[in-house]
Order: sequence, then structure tokens, then C-alpha cells
Amino acid sequence: MKTKTILLATALTSAAFAAQAAEVTVMSWGGAYTKSQVEAYHKPFQEQMGITVNSVDSDNPATPIKAQVEAGNVTVDVADVEFSDAVRLCDEGLLMEIDHSMLPAAPDGTSAADDFIEGALQDCAVANIVWSTVFAYNTENNPTAPDSIDDFFNTADFPGKRGLRKSAKATLEMALMADGVPAADVYSILETEEGVDRAFAKLDTIKDDIVWWEAGAQPPQLLADGEVAMSTAYNGRIFNAAVAENQPLEVVWDGQILDFDLFVVPKGAPNVEEAMKFIAFSTDTQRLADQASWISYGPARKSSGALVGKFMDGETDMAPHMPTAEANLGNALVNNFEFWVDNDAELNERFNAWLAQ
Amino acid sequence: MALPKHASLLERIWHKTYLVICGLIFLFLISPILIVIPLSFNAEPYFTFTEKMLSFDPTGFSTRWYDLLLTFGMTEPDAPRDGSWWADAWANSNWIGAAKNSVIIGFFSTLLATVLGTLAALGLSRPEMPFRRAIMAILISPMIVPIIITATGLFFFYSKTGLANSYLGIIMAHATLGIPFVIITVTATLVGFDHSLTRAAANLGATPTKTFFTIIMPLILPGVISGALFAFVTSFDEVVVVLFVAAHDQQTIPRQMWNGIREQISPAILSVATILVIISIALLTTVEVLRRRGERLRGISPQ
Amino acid sequence: MADATADIIQSQPQKLTTKDGKPLKAALAASQSRAKRKAFFLVLPLLAFMVLTFVMPIVQMLHQSVYNPGFTIHEDVISKEQTPIMVNLRDWFDENPRGTEPDETAYAAIVQDLIVLRELRAQGQAGTRINYERSGSRSLFTKSARRAPRMEAPFKQALLEIDEEWGDPELWAAMRDASSAYTPNFYLAAIDLTRTDDGSVERVNENRALYVNLFQRTLFLSVLITFLTFVLAYPIAHLLATLPLRYSNLLMIFVLLPFWTSLLVRTTSWMVLLQSQGVLNDAMVGTGILADENRIQMMYNQTGTIVAMTHILLPFMVLPLYSVMRPINPSYVRAARSLGATSWTAFRRIYFPQTVPGIGAGALLVFILAVGYYITPALVGGADGQLISNLIAFHMQKSLNWSLAAALASILLAGILILYWLYDRLIGIDNLKLG
Repeated sequence: MKTKTILLATALTSAAFAAQAAEVTVMSWGGAYTKSQVEAYHKPFQEQMGITVNSVDSDNPATPIKAQVEAGNVTVDVADVEFSDAVRLCDEGLLMEIDHSMLPAAPDGTSAADDFIEGALQDCAVANIVWSTVFAYNTENNPTAPDSIDDFFNTADFPGKRGLRKSAKATLEMALMADGVPAADVYSILETEEGVDRAFAKLDTIKDDIVWWEAGAQPPQLLADGEVAMSTAYNGRIFNAAVAENQPLEVVWDGQILDFDLFVVPKGAPNVEEAMKFIAFSTDTQRLADQASWISYGPARKSSGALVGKFMDGETDMAPHMPTAEANLGNALVNNFEFWVDNDAELNERFNAWLAQ
Repeated sequence: MALPKHASLLERIWHKTYLVICGLIFLFLISPILIVIPLSFNAEPYFTFTEKMLSFDPTGFSTRWYDLLLTFGMTEPDAPRDGSWWADAWANSNWIGAAKNSVIIGFFSTLLATVLGTLAALGLSRPEMPFRRAIMAILISPMIVPIIITATGLFFFYSKTGLANSYLGIIMAHATLGIPFVIITVTATLVGFDHSLTRAAANLGATPTKTFFTIIMPLILPGVISGALFAFVTSFDEVVVVLFVAAHDQQTIPRQMWNGIREQISPAILSVATILVIISIALLTTVEVLRRRGERLRGISPQ
Repeated sequence: MADATADIIQSQPQKLTTKDGKPLKAALAASQSRAKRKAFFLVLPLLAFMVLTFVMPIVQMLHQSVYNPGFTIHEDVISKEQTPIMVNLRDWFDENPRGTEPDETAYAAIVQDLIVLRELRAQGQAGTRINYERSGSRSLFTKSARRAPRMEAPFKQALLEIDEEWGDPELWAAMRDASSAYTPNFYLAAIDLTRTDDGSVERVNENRALYVNLFQRTLFLSVLITFLTFVLAYPIAHLLATLPLRYSNLLMIFVLLPFWTSLLVRTTSWMVLLQSQGVLNDAMVGTGILADENRIQMMYNQTGTIVAMTHILLPFMVLPLYSVMRPINPSYVRAARSLGATSWTAFRRIYFPQTVPGIGAGALLVFILAVGYYITPALVGGADGQLISNLIAFHMQKSLNWSLAAALASILLAGILILYWLYDRLIGIDNLKLG
């Protein structure tokens, strides 16, 4: 019994010791996206700064870090969250403020404040990418190629299951756009009770055909397996499945919803200093451009744009696959973060009740 | 179950049908468990039998998914497979890391559950135990109370006491979940335990400790071991408590599976499943052997 | 011999004593209580351990279900320092009974409190607490707190200018309810009830009602699954019980192996089988039963939950049935047959009644386990195959409305404990066997 107690004690203390070396824990969205960050940020950071980066995945890092801060046991140092969540969590006092002056200037000397695109720098957050929610389809399962958001909701002419993210955000906007609302009016309509009813009514028309996904890695998988004919997805995931893994997947840019992903530091994070170093390092011009060669998300710095070239295979040009490419912006909606900061809780509540009915 | 010779034709037909129905139900029970084994050797990333597999073409099969279990998470998976490759796998492979955590947590929680559970079972089996029924009901309840409720309670409690995100917290929680099994199996071996044996030992001058180790222990050992195995399997298979109270880097095999299943059931998941099925076959065999041995020792013959 | 005893009793009219002179009765009692203590001390360490790792957490959960200080106390994340919030408004509530029309002092109190909230960055917390009572209130707090420092009297007008909702009596009722940290309102929410502005209770808006429906679905599916396991378990338990032991022990492996196999493995297997590109659909398409475009959706819906859970819970029905059937003496049925009963009558009147205790034990056990199931529905259930446990997990991990999760869990726990008590009464918890 005694030796066993000692064993237990050593096992526990060795775990505690391991935690004392310089390290930083970064929580992101998993799959191809995390991989792009590991390659572009974590590995060089680890090499140059000698700080170990632990990478952990989540379906949406905003929820676990909120839970951690509220429960008072924070283990994550840096989290990658959506725009509205970054602002909301900051409002609620759950995030550390980030000093923008620590961010490096662009190579030509432009200050970080001027180099980042508008909105990318927030009190508690620094953006790294511009990404979008799009819908994609499997070319083998769709005899006629869908080309507009209406087709996603048209199961009569385009039969098959639909994959949708199990969340109100982006889902309601897409429903309205498919119902004929121009991108510019989506949020003003969604602010009214009738607008919300209208979005749910549109969703009702395909409710029985929906397969709900939660993790970003699911839609490419569901599409490749033929479990769904079309699915909403984060655009970069589809790009990686199509280009890197040769899956027969195609993105439809009509009705895409653009958003930022931002780095935040939860209050009570165990390694704040390392976290700030990590953010400054990862959001410099070169790193952001590097990430764009691993996945088709646009860098949040203007100076990175020129450095973005080809995908890792050395053949594919990244530019036309970026959500911000001119050709893809035809009917694009920019996510209104203020709308979601204010209405996220209420609409998700309604959404969940609707799901279960 | 043989039919008597005078059975009517109708009865014969019914009997045959009955056997077929039973066969189908047994198939329903076992096929989902066995189906994953051949599929885990699929050369393609699908969860269904390919043409090549059905025609037993060797090129339709491969061990690539087992290989992926080793290489997933390694820093240099493509290096030549020498000592340093294996060292890399041992240190960095996600699945090996999860297996290590699962074994550490499983071992200590089993130890805790078995020691405390066996002592308590000894007390409970004494005829003079007060409030026996009520206490028994409390001790068995972790098995009955839905795991989500236990996990919810532990989340609140551990957040307040600082046990969240610690190995100790998970070990204690898993021990609690394993205890009912130890209690049930050990009390089962103590049914019909002849208490005059311990009295005789005491009469002959044995100390209580000596009595315990030389008289009681050998008799209840089979029960203790199968209880311990149950406790270990409970911990080894537990995911909800881990999801609620463990830190994000405290991966265990079930948690890694849970993440994997929700994102994509690649055949890599099926190869883990196959390994787990083989482990459970081994455990089941051990427990059955022990049970029969225990019955023989206590002189209860199977009818 | 009887005479001799009588003699002794007569010759010793005083009480029986032990050798050292204690009355026998007392000595016996002492030794008995010593034995009791000894037995109890063996159990004590485990009992103490379980209080720490099981009872206390559940008590904490029950506490959380009626306690939410979101509108009364703010705790700093790092320093853990606690600051009372909404002090002015709560004072106003104390001075004015329910139903009082909020006057300028009330609005002034709110503005004061909002300024404090903004300094503490607690407006989200307070708004979230009110949002639990009344949807749409969270943003009211965050946006008003942003502007509060610049506001000037009259405050009522200033607040109403930001949002008309500040004049809504329902909002005021919700704030009054939330101003005490202890509240039964989460239990109300857990059964789709809400409070109106005068404090009475009513059903929530139809498009937000969720939980009653879900409790009903959980019960319905659990009953259905229990019934299905019974239908499947009865024939094979009967076969196992009547076969010679060497065969039945072998066949028993088919029941015990699933029992020992990881729950996640079994759920994964069902996903492999049930997917629309999975083994079952492929087999049906391959054999021509089904056209390729008509593949059946068997997963991500209720069917998935029912099939997988029936399989997973089946051993819990087979084992109790088997242990009841094994000792049944076949001669009763034979006697009935020889007295002219048909085999059906013999089964119905003689065999079946003897197996009822096993059915009760198995059904109760399966039902108890099914009601609390989480993992399997989460993975194969889709949207309409979710059970109440999944909603508890949702509120714990996604919406982070922990008090509501605790209230839902407490209701579920109460139901389970009643069934458990019933099980212990009828079957006896020590008759629970594993394999």
C-alpha cells in the first residue's frame, strides 16, 4: 500500500512538474484549420522562442473558455474565436485586454494599427484571418451543379440531405437570403420578430432533410461520404478536402457570410506572458501570409496579402479560393457582429426549441 | 430443450421458427461488435465493405489505420522506423498518449475502488451490520444515477474545490463509478460465506489480520479480482466525467474516440474499436474463469 | 433434560451473569454493539469517500439549481473578490412591494447600478441572469451599461430612449425575482413555465416550449426501448435457461461480450451499420432490395437512438430473466401438458407467471438506465433522437445556463431515485448480478 501511495504521488507530481516548463496552450477549431496554425504559427514559435505550444481543439472555443472563466479553472492561454464572441466575451469581462502596441509593424514600417484591416483590432482581441461560411456540394452526387443559395433550400430540384451547422448564427442569415432577401437587408429584417419567423419558416421547408454538424471537420467528411448532398461549411475546410485530399467537392460562393477569427486571452489564463508573445508572433506579416498557404483563409493584415502565393502543393494559386477574392464577393454578407453580440443568446434559445419540436 | 417425440407437426414448425428467431437475436447482439474487426483492415477510407474486400482480394486489406494510430501526432512520422522513431511515437503519438492516461487513471481508480469496496463489502456481509439496506443502496447508486448527473455535480464541486483539471479528481470520480461493481461482486462471493471459519481461526489464536489474509482473502479473491476488472473497464470506458472535469490536454482513449467519432469515423476509429473488442474478450474470459473458480472454491457447483 | 433446565432456572432466580459478573443481557448487547461498530467501521472509509466524491457533488448541484447570484454578486475572476451589485435597485425593491409602478427613483437606481456594472464589467453577467427569465434582456443591459455614465436626469426618460423595454412590467418582475439569489424559477423554466409581471405562473410561449416535450419523449423512448429489449430478451433467455449448461455457457458469451465491450465501440459499430453509405444500406442496395437513391435514413434520427440503445441495453434484460428462468422446474409445464393444456396455455398459465419477477427486475433496470442515457443519443440521435440528458449537457457545455441544467438534472434525479427505491423494494438491490 505504501509503495503504491508513493507511486501515486510521483505520478501526480510528475504531471505537475511537466506543467512548469515554459508553455502556452492554444485552443482552436481542430482539423485542417488547426493544422494550418500549427504549421504557420506553433512550430516556428516553438523553435524561435523555446516555448512549447500545446494545441487543443474545440467545436467553438468561445464556449469552453467562457465556461472555464466562469467556473474559475482556466487552462487555456490563447483561444481562437469568432468576431461577435470576442466582443461579447470582452464586454462580459471574461478576457484580458490586449495592448496593441506590442504588435509588430509591417515590414515597410506601417504600424500595426494601420496595417490590420478595419475591425481586426479589438480591445481584447487580435484577428488573424478572414473566413467565410459557404455551402459546398459533392460533384458526384449532384447531377446539376447548384449555383445559388436558393438551390441549397430547393430539395425538389436538388434532392439529397443538407448539412447545416447546429447554431443560429449564419443559418438564419442563409435562410433569409435563400428566401430572397438581399444581403444588405438581412440584418435589418432579422432584427424584427417577423424576420426571425420568416427565417425559421424557410428552414422548416427542409427541416426533415437536415443533418446537423458541430465540428468544422464534419462537413467535408459528410460530403465525401455521401451522407449529405450539400452542406454549409467553413470555406477553408472544403478547399483542403478538395485540393489536398482530392475529394470531389466544390464551393458555392453565392450567399457566403464573411467573418473574422480572432485570438483572445481568457482572464485567469495560467501563462499570460507567453500568450501575449504568441499572439504578437503569430499575427506578424509573414506568419499570417504563411498560414494562407496552408488553408484558404485571408490574412487580417494588408501587408500579408502580397506575400500569399501558392498552396503547399506548389501548384494551386490561393487567390481565387480566398473568400475575399473579387469574383467571390458577388452576393456576400459581412457578418454583423453587433447583431450577434446582442441577439446570440435569444436566437440560439429559439433555435434549440425549434430543433427539438 | 429437445422436443419430445410425440410433438405435433405444428409444434415442430414452431420450435424450428423459435430457434431461428433466437439465432437472429444472437446475431443482432454480436454482429455489431464483430463487424468492426474486418472493416478496420479496409484499405480504403470507407466504413463499408469494398468489392475487393468481399472477393478476399489481399490488396483490399491493409493495416494502414493501425499504423495511423501510431503516427497520428508524431513529429516525424515518415522517418525510418528505428529506435528514435519509436521514441517519437511513444512520446508524441496522440493515441499512445491517450492510452497512457487511460491506463494511469484506470489503475489508480481501480486500486482505490477495490480496496475501499472490498473492505466495505466485508462489513456489509456481516449479519450485524446496521442500516445494511440503506447503506448498500447508497453505495450502489453511482451505477444507477445517470452519468450526466454525476458529471454535472462533479463539475460544480470540483470547480469550487480546485480538483478540476487534475488527475486526482478524475481518479476519485472514476473510483466512485467503479465501487458499485466491486461491492456487488465481492458481496456475491461472500454469500454463503461460513463465518464459523473466521471464528475458528480466532479461536486458534490467529490475529484478525492473519485471519483476513489466510482465510478470508483466498476465498473472496476471485470476486475481488472480477470486481477490480469491472472497475477498471468502467474507468477505461468512461468519457462523460472526463469531458466535464478534465483539462483539455488530459486525453483518454474514450475521449479521443469521442472526438474522432464526432468529426469523422475514419477506419482509424475502427482499429481502436477492434483493439478494445479484443481487450474485452480477454477480460470476459478472465472473469468467467474466475467466477467458476470462485464457485468451486466455495463449494457451489453449477447446476 | 427439560426438568434439569427448570431446576437451574428455579435454583438461580437472580439474573444470568457472565463470569466477571456482568449481566448476560448487557454483555450480549455490548458484544453485539461492538460487532456492529466493527462492521460499520469497515464500511466507514468508503462511505466517507463517497460522501466526498458523490453525495457532496450532488448536493452542490441541487444548490446550484435554486441559487444563482448573477444579479446580486460579482466575483472577480482573478482576485476572487466579491462585490455586491444592483445594490440600489435591490434597495428600491425592498422598499416597494411587488406591483409598484417604477418611478424616477427606481430608474435612477438602475442607472447608478449600471455604472457600477460597467466598471466591474459585470453587465453581461447581470444581463444574462435576467435573460434566463426573459429572453432579449441581455443586450438591454450591455447596451444600456455602455451609455449609463453619460446619462442625465430624468433617468426614466433617458433609459426609455435607449430602449422601450425598460418600461416593460415583465422586465421589472424579472429583475425583482432575480434580485434574490435563491429562486425556484429555474425549476419553473425546466417545465416550460414562466412568471408573469404580477408574479403568477404561466406557460411559456409555444415556440420556446421545449422541456416538457423532451421529458415526454425521454419517457416514451425509454418505455419503447424497454419493451423492445423485453421482446428480444425473452426468447433467448428462455433458450439459454433450458439448454444444457455446456451449450448455454457458450451462448452466454454472445450476451456477455456486448456487456463488456466499450459503449463507444458499440455506438461506433451502429454508426457503421446504419449510415446511409453504411453496411446495411449497402447490403440492401447490393442485393437489389433498395434502389441506390432510396437509401434509408436510419441514423441521425430517432431510429438510430432506438436501435442502438436497444442493442446496448439488451444484456441488462437477458441476465435477470435468465437467472429467474434457470431454476424453473420444467415438470410444472410437463404436468400441465399431461393434464391436457395446449403448449400455449401451459406457457401462459404456468411458465410465464413464474418469470414475472425477472421481467420486473429487467424492465425496471433497463428503464432506469435508458432514461439517463447520453452518449448514444448524442452520437446517433440527430435532432429528434435527443433525450433529456443531452439537453442537460447542452446547458452545461454550450449555453452555459448551469442553474437550468442543474434544475433539469435534479428533476431527472428525483425520477430515477423513485424508480431505484421501487427496485430496491421489489427486487432488492443486493440481487443485482453482473454476468
